[in-house]
Amino acid sequence: MIQPKIEKKYNTKAIQLLITVVIFLLLYFLIKPSENNFLWRLPPLIAGLPFLINDFVSYLMYDFMPIEIYDPDIDDFEDSPIIKEITRSISSAVLFCIQVIREVLVGGVKTIVTFTSWDFVRDNEWAYWPGLPWTFVCSATMLLGFILQGVRLASLAGLATLYIAIFGQWEPAMQTVSLVLIAAPVSFLIGLTFGVLAFKSTKMEAILTPLLNVAQTMPQFSYLVPAMVFFGVGDHAGAIATIIFATPPMIRLTLLGLKKVPPEVIESGLMSGCNDLQLMFRVLIPTARRDILIGVNQVIMQCLAMAVIASFIGAKGLGFNLLLALNSLKVGKALELGICIVLIAVVLDKLSLAWADKQVDYFSKSDFLSRHWYKILLIGLLFFWSVVAYIGGFFFKEGFNYLYIIPHNKGITTEHFWQAGVDWILDTFFFSLKAFSDFLIINVLIPIKNAYLGMPVAATFVLVMSVGYIIGGFQSAIVVGGFLLFIALTEWWDRALITAYMTTFGVVISAIIGITVGSLCAQSSFASKTILLVCDTFQTFPSFIYLIPVIMLFGVTDTSVLTAVIVYATIPATRYTVEGLRSVPVALHDAASMSGVNKLQRWVKIELPMAFPHIMLGVNQTIVFALFMVIIGALIGTDDLGQYILKALSDKNGIGNGLSLGLCVAFIGLAADHLIRTWAREKKKELGL
Amino acid sequence: MSAKGSEQIKASPVIKCESVYKIFGLNATKMLSGANGNVDAEEFQKAGCVVGVNNASFELFEGEMLVVMGLSGSGKSTLLRCISRLTTATSGKISINGSDLLSMGNKELIELRRNKMGMVFQSFALLPHKTVLENIAFPLQIKGNSTTESVARAMEMVNLVGLSGRENYFPRELSGGQQQRVGIARSLAVEPDIWFLDEPFSALDPLIRKEMQDEFLRLQGVLNKTILFVTHDFDEALRLADRIAIMKDGIIEQLDTPANIVLSPATEYVRKFTEDVPREKVLKIESIMNPIKDKDQLGDLRVSKDSLIESVAESVLSQAALVGVVDNSGEIVGSLDHLKVIKVLFGDKNNKN
Ligand SMILES: Nc1ncnc2c1ncn2[C@@H]1O[C@H](COP(=O)(O)OP(=O)(O)O)[C@@H](O)[C@H]1O
Ligand SMILES: [Mg+2]
Repeated sequence: MIQPKIEKKYNTKAIQLLITVVIFLLLYFLIKPSENNFLWRLPPLIAGLPFLINDFVSYLMYDFMPIEIYDPDIDDFEDSPIIKEITRSISSAVLFCIQVIREVLVGGVKTIVTFTSWDFVRDNEWAYWPGLPWTFVCSATMLLGFILQGVRLASLAGLATLYIAIFGQWEPAMQTVSLVLIAAPVSFLIGLTFGVLAFKSTKMEAILTPLLNVAQTMPQFSYLVPAMVFFGVGDHAGAIATIIFATPPMIRLTLLGLKKVPPEVIESGLMSGCNDLQLMFRVLIPTARRDILIGVNQVIMQCLAMAVIASFIGAKGLGFNLLLALNSLKVGKALELGICIVLIAVVLDKLSLAWADKQVDYFSKSDFLSRHWYKILLIGLLFFWSVVAYIGGFFFKEGFNYLYIIPHNKGITTEHFWQAGVDWILDTFFFSLKAFSDFLIINVLIPIKNAYLGMPVAATFVLVMSVGYIIGGFQSAIVVGGFLLFIALTEWWDRALITAYMTTFGVVISAIIGITVGSLCAQSSFASKTILLVCDTFQTFPSFIYLIPVIMLFGVTDTSVLTAVIVYATIPATRYTVEGLRSVPVALHDAASMSGVNKLQRWVKIELPMAFPHIMLGVNQTIVFALFMVIIGALIGTDDLGQYILKALSDKNGIGNGLSLGLCVAFIGLAADHLIRTWAREKKKELGL
Repeated sequence: MSAKGSEQIKASPVIKCESVYKIFGLNATKMLSGANGNVDAEEFQKAGCVVGVNNASFELFEGEMLVVMGLSGSGKSTLLRCISRLTTATSGKISINGSDLLSMGNKELIELRRNKMGMVFQSFALLPHKTVLENIAFPLQIKGNSTTESVARAMEMVNLVGLSGRENYFPRELSGGQQQRVGIARSLAVEPDIWFLDEPFSALDPLIRKEMQDEFLRLQGVLNKTILFVTHDFDEALRLADRIAIMKDGIIEQLDTPANIVLSPATEYVRKFTEDVPREKVLKIESIMNPIKDKDQLGDLRVSKDSLIESVAESVLSQAALVGVVDNSGEIVGSLDHLKVIKVLFGDKNNKN
């Protein structure tokens, strides 16, 4: 009885879609490209927006609310705008924190100077903190891994640190880690606070939700521009951009976790006589612990990814060296650095997840030694390795104490090995790679790109808004239309079309690969587990990393960018397909098998439709991933929105452009996100899930 | 069972409700004041309001157990939540030990909950990150008691509910019945005067439920709290209650002793409810005993006048001689012959002894 009804509804939608496509094609071919034809391109009515933002920001920074500040250099009071003073004090506070951690890890005197003076340090030779020996940091991470999970995590952590140390990347790696160690806790605290506030007040939630949506679809680059304008260039600006970037997922997960706390648990807290604070900190947050800790994991991973990209505004560390290597096309060196970043990512990910899973053991043996053995061991290790490093000082005469730190040019380097590999690949496959790339560019990419650029704005609106209407009715049409209108009224419509072309190309291929691979792997539980593990691992790599191998293969071309996009964006498509298919109830399988359906039929008729909503969420992720990668692809020379954001970074008045461009990217993402979520929700309703 | 209830009327009730209303919805207050106390659930529904509690008035005295009974959605939990002020009643007056609940400030309310009230929840509502002992000690620690003191008291409670040896388990390592024992222990840790239980045994298997009911009766025998107990299971209500309130669509249809509810239902709804209830489960020996004619006629068996017919029927019927009925002090107050018992057990339903 129900079957024909659905079929009919399906048919009307198909017809609507067909009509839309026909109108789209008609408009496409009928509207003539011309500067003055508003059906072809809308006038850039909000092209002034960036200037407005610039003026506003410079007013804030230079004229808004001047206050008197004492300047020790001229020994007098001086007027200074309040915002500038605020950002300046934030900057120095953040910088100080980074410095402390950095100097603890790799040594230095600036922290000591802060508390005393340069003279004091000059006069007292002992007033120098040498930094922790790498041997100690290595064994301490191993110990941490062991406590949190066991021997496996301990060996992973140990090997990773060992690799970083003996390949001479110790100093930049510790610089990156120090940035993460500052940014992550701050993000965590801010995220937790806002999550709690949003939970307590629906008004706050209503304000935060759209902001979070935009924040999570803004490309990383657009965070760099405002950070640079307000906080200058350097580690502190990088850290602040990182903090702003990593906070939204924390807010979201905190809110999600708190909302999941069963109402009866809250009531039981109230009946135990909790006041508001006790309820929050002793009932709600502990009960939501798991989600909040997953948030911590997200924060750490986001921080690392951003810490690498923050090298654009002068954050020191692995990212900075990687950027240099990429700019001078030293692919071997870039690979080596990339591996270090990946190792840090994997270790931090595993450590924080293990921490999230660890249940506090309140009632373990309570004598002093068994409760504090690891602290004692830690102190012992510090003592032992310091002595070893000290003795080492007498052995290594050339001035490098390998037992203390392995300087970057003295480590074992695989650069030459990698470079040789790269050269070999290029020598052997140069012509076939180049031929493939050229073929792709000339016969596929350029035609698609031109087709996109040849779209009249009216046709685009008709297509997108009609699809919106078909999927989610009138409201969806208005929502996506609004996003589109903003972009169409800026002067970057053509750039946005190029971004859209690269993203759609990447998404289509990624989705095909991801859904196919996912479906195949979902047939066996072993393959599913394996592929999920692979996805997990690849997902921890900061997106930046994916550019390294593709440059090696295809050089600085669109092929490179698109290859990176496809590899990166296939991860969520695969993961969600596997998860979706695996969660189809076994009873349904059995029922299908009983009615004599073969495997392929079962897949097409039962599993795929059932898993469809979840797979759609995967495609949604795929779009966001692809969009981000396309933007980062600006590094290897694209000519889309990303490239303009990158340009804004080196422009003194870049903030207006940077933010507006970031919004354009975010709106593309949000439009796609809106459509797919609505679609998935409708499908879910139809399936009665 | 602590059968004081209606007989032992005290000067002031522990809980007193006067025309309590709870309406959910945006313009609930306006609708209610417009209705002049005549709330019609359907009419309100049309206006987008849901009636939770509709004009509830009753008194509950010290040591008494009131069981609130009704189908799911009839407003039992809402009534309970109004009295514990987990939700605020839309109108009406609620007094706890003579002081007005609805005008209490936050501080007073917290004090009240910390010292006078305990509550047990259907889904146990234990804190997942705390052990049995810590869960039970939680209200004490919230009150600000020292850790040693709280743990010592919590340990007593662990023993009281029969969980000794499991105090260091986490809730997820316990069965449903055990988890609810923790919930009960936690609600009793601060020695409250008033004990709220919202379908405490509904999530448990029938066998465990029976066991928990026995355990509950044992505890009440020792502790003698003032109890508001919510259930949708009539058998449970009959087993436990001093008085039963039957709710339907937020209205208390009848509030009386189990025997009176079964014997003289106030409304058609209550009558339908009680139709199939076996009399022997409700009636006490007292209600069918004869005056004593001759003490020498009596056999050796003695039964209490307060015990339910069901619980003594077998032993009474296995006796050849007349059975003596005694009161609380052991004095013989009546006799019981087999015929009467048989009539209750198998006689026609309309026969009101
Ligand atoms: N927070 C609430 N908001 C709106 N309606 C509610 C709320 N809580 C309960 N209700 C409604 O009040 C009525 C009584 O619910 P409840 O007291 O939970 O019933 P019971 O406990 O007897 O099953 C139900 O119709 C329910 O839908
Ligand atoms: Mg209920």
